[in-house]
Amino acid sequence: MEKKVTVKTRRAAIVGGNRIPFARSNGKYSHASNQDMLTAAIDGLVARFGLQGEQVGEVAAGAVLKHSRDFNLTRESVLGSTLAPTTPAYDVQQACGTGLETAILVANKIALGQIDSAIAGGVDTTSDAPIAVNEGLREVLLDVNRAKSVPDRLKALTGLRPNQLVPTIPQNSEPRTGLSMGEHQAITTQEWGISREAQDELAAASHRHLAAAYDRGFFDDLVTPFLGLTRDQNLRPDTTVEKLSKLAPVFGTRLPGGVEGATMTAANSTPLTDGASVVLLASDEWAAEHKLPVLAHFVDGETAAVDYVHGDRKADGLLMAPVYAVPRLLARNGLTLQDFDFYEIHEAFASTVLTTLKAWEDAEFCKQYLGLDAPLGSIDRAKLNVNGSSLAAGHPFAATGGRIVASLAKMIHENGGGRGLISICAAGGQGVVAILEA
Amino acid sequence: MSDRYLNLVNSPLGSAVATRVGLPKPAVLRRYKSGDPILPGPVLIGATTGRVKASLIKLVTAAGADVRAAETEGDRWGALIFDATAVATPADLAGIREFFSGRLRSLLPSGRVLVLGRAADGADITVDATRQALDGIVRSLAKELQRGSTANLLLVEDEASLGSALRFFLSGKSAYVDGQPLVLGAGVAPAPKDWDQPLAGKTALVTGAARGIGAAIAAVLARDGARVIVADLQQAGEALAKVANRIGGTALHLDVAAPTAPEKLLTYLQAQTDGLDILVHNAGITRDKLLANMKPEQWDSVIAVNLQSQLSINAALLGSSLLRDQGRVVCLSSTTGFSGNRGQTNYGATKSGVIGLVRSSAAAFAAHGDSTINAVAPGFIDTEMTAKMPLATREVARRLSSLQQAGLPIDVAEAISWLASPGAGGVNGQTLRVCGQNLVGA
Ligand SMILES: NC(=O)c1ccc[n+]([C@@H]2O[C@H](COP(=O)([O-])OP(=O)(O)OC[C@H]3O[C@@H](n4cnc5c(N)ncnc54)[C@H](O)[C@@H]3O)[C@@H](O)[C@H]2O)c1
Repeated sequence: MEKKVTVKTRRAAIVGGNRIPFARSNGKYSHASNQDMLTAAIDGLVARFGLQGEQVGEVAAGAVLKHSRDFNLTRESVLGSTLAPTTPAYDVQQACGTGLETAILVANKIALGQIDSAIAGGVDTTSDAPIAVNEGLREVLLDVNRAKSVPDRLKALTGLRPNQLVPTIPQNSEPRTGLSMGEHQAITTQEWGISREAQDELAAASHRHLAAAYDRGFFDDLVTPFLGLTRDQNLRPDTTVEKLSKLAPVFGTRLPGGVEGATMTAANSTPLTDGASVVLLASDEWAAEHKLPVLAHFVDGETAAVDYVHGDRKADGLLMAPVYAVPRLLARNGLTLQDFDFYEIHEAFASTVLTTLKAWEDAEFCKQYLGLDAPLGSIDRAKLNVNGSSLAAGHPFAATGGRIVASLAKMIHENGGGRGLISICAAGGQGVVAILEA
Repeated sequence: MSDRYLNLVNSPLGSAVATRVGLPKPAVLRRYKSGDPILPGPVLIGATTGRVKASLIKLVTAAGADVRAAETEGDRWGALIFDATAVATPADLAGIREFFSGRLRSLLPSGRVLVLGRAADGADITVDATRQALDGIVRSLAKELQRGSTANLLLVEDEASLGSALRFFLSGKSAYVDGQPLVLGAGVAPAPKDWDQPLAGKTALVTGAARGIGAAIAAVLARDGARVIVADLQQAGEALAKVANRIGGTALHLDVAAPTAPEKLLTYLQAQTDGLDILVHNAGITRDKLLANMKPEQWDSVIAVNLQSQLSINAALLGSSLLRDQGRVVCLSSTTGFSGNRGQTNYGATKSGVIGLVRSSAAAFAAHGDSTINAVAPGFIDTEMTAKMPLATREVARRLSSLQQAGLPIDVAEAISWLASPGAGGVNGQTLRVCGQNLVGA
């Protein structure tokens, strides 16, 4: 008799999460490394769920801005944590989609029965960012290293030029267009006609919601203070649309319409931030054995990418990939855009959220670019980012996915059940989206 | 914080100087270490009746002590125990003088004196007066003892917890308990399977556990086998996570003074435990001010954290099925609750209040599956709370006890872990001072 292996699948549960408060760039965490922050986030999770010495199935995490010494960042963080040193780990990097992508990866492994528990997460620092040696200097140094004799080495060194000593600081710009993310989004904002008022309103709501969530203790079991910071440093509970409307625009000032027509300010765009987040996922059985709760289940995830380099100026904006990913995810799961109790749309910029929503309401766009007979339609805005999002909390790139997954799972649990949609845009014209349910 | 004076006078030079100028000479106290013998030397037991009960010898021996039936010249004692439960007239007290006076000088450093008596019960005036006299004898004797030795009085109404009490009071676990009476009553007090892990299989929660006494309590409960949930304010979360990870426990962000605290706690216990066996109400704050200058928020916050939170959480627990049978609640009081302290009307209110709280809650807890509730009243303990005191006041306060030194958080923790153990089921509604026989409040 030939033996056949049958593959059974199950749904991965989200047990809970932990993050450190997010700090503004060069703020409270200016001397903390990615490894310090990721280790602190893991240790806080271990403390919350009593996982000391536990061998977790695997830990997947990553960072967008990474030092070369951090080639094994996640594994090194695990070794520095109180988890069992026999816990395997690996790094993932998909720009701002990193955190959510790690959750999809480990949820899939849990679903396939390959592992029973996992930690997904991400970390980023814009304060302790890697500074690269100038490309010219790097080439000269490599030549010196390769040279066999002293005279050859000296000869190689004569290739040095003073301007090569200027270090290269990593930039938040797209290598293929040379435009920063903000400049890209400014084009999209203008193409879609997103107003300054609407952006400021979304930003003010983000601060209001996040402050209220802190006040009612929503983050008591999601956040562990770090280096003296107990709440997100960027949070301004007293922000008003009025105050925000006074700020000068920072992106899109060179587009047609000039400064007058520019709408994106430092307040309706996310600031550079440092922080880390992790999420604990497991099979239902593992959670029950450990007497741990199941907040929600991971239903499905989808990733899309747009050709922002050559594509349509309006339809293929750098941060518009989630617009394409979500309808595919909905169709696969037999759901409509209205079948959700919560929407978590990452606020890279207020206008990213607003463009995304507007595109789904646009019949013409939905037909031509998404191939849909009818538009996805609008959502109940009262269900959008109800406990604040990146504009208020900040956005340490790879840490945003973990923040959202853990918070959304808790919201669904508090709600006594329901369904939530996550949408995260990423550099390189990518988008990662997912559904949680309980 | 290290006690520099204590270290100094225990150095050869410092000791010589201190003796010459008559400075206090605090001893380095014998504290519990797993595997150490229970006492530094053998035990001699005496009794008012002249005949020591076999059951008592058996319990002391079971505790690991070497009980000597006869005495030889030059014996040095780890402990002297006197059973005065039979005293009935003032004349009977002479037997106590007779037993101790010749032998106190041969008590080893950090030795133990235990007197067993009975609590006055109102049945007979002469008997009650005589029983009460034991209190004055033990308190005075405690002040006379030197070199880290202590004297305590066990008022034995029932022997259910006598064995477990002997283990606590003879060992280094009671290092800073001195001159105190404690009533041992009836109750369900099973012996643990393993005396080194008396809390094995128990789930415990300690509030205010991010630092100080709370962190020490959590560590000792974990050492004794409990699975410990450490709770503290969200703001203290970083230190709290470290405590949890050090002891293999679980961290919970909980403001005990929040109106929602009892409900939050019950929800958490329901979701993540099979019920609670041990609760330690340790969270506490000071907002010292003379009453003449006290602001409403200074008054209100201390009352809310130190007293109201304990009442509210206890009521919620008793009303639920989440406190398991033979549950143990231990509340933090303070010697200020007995003696008062200038500038601490608010704090004193709460710490006296806790003494009343445990006394009046005892029956309700006994009715809840033979559970108990007790308080521990620390004296001056070196923590961040007392580090806030001015240096001179702190130095003086440290010496104002029979043991002439501040206690350590571990001393409070040991007493709490004992009261939380199954064997202490016969102790209910009482407040045990851990104060080195403090002369004033703390
Ligand atoms: N240190 C002493 O000498 C001494 C003496 C007598 C009694 N005590 C009592 O012992 C207990 C612990 O004292 P300590 O010296 O370790 O103090 P501490 O100040 O070092 O620690 C107290 C802990 O309680 C926490 N806490 C405060 N308010 C809280 C709240 N609302 N909810 C949850 N946690 C809260 C704090 O964050 C802190 O971690 C207190 O009840 C105190 O009154 C101490």
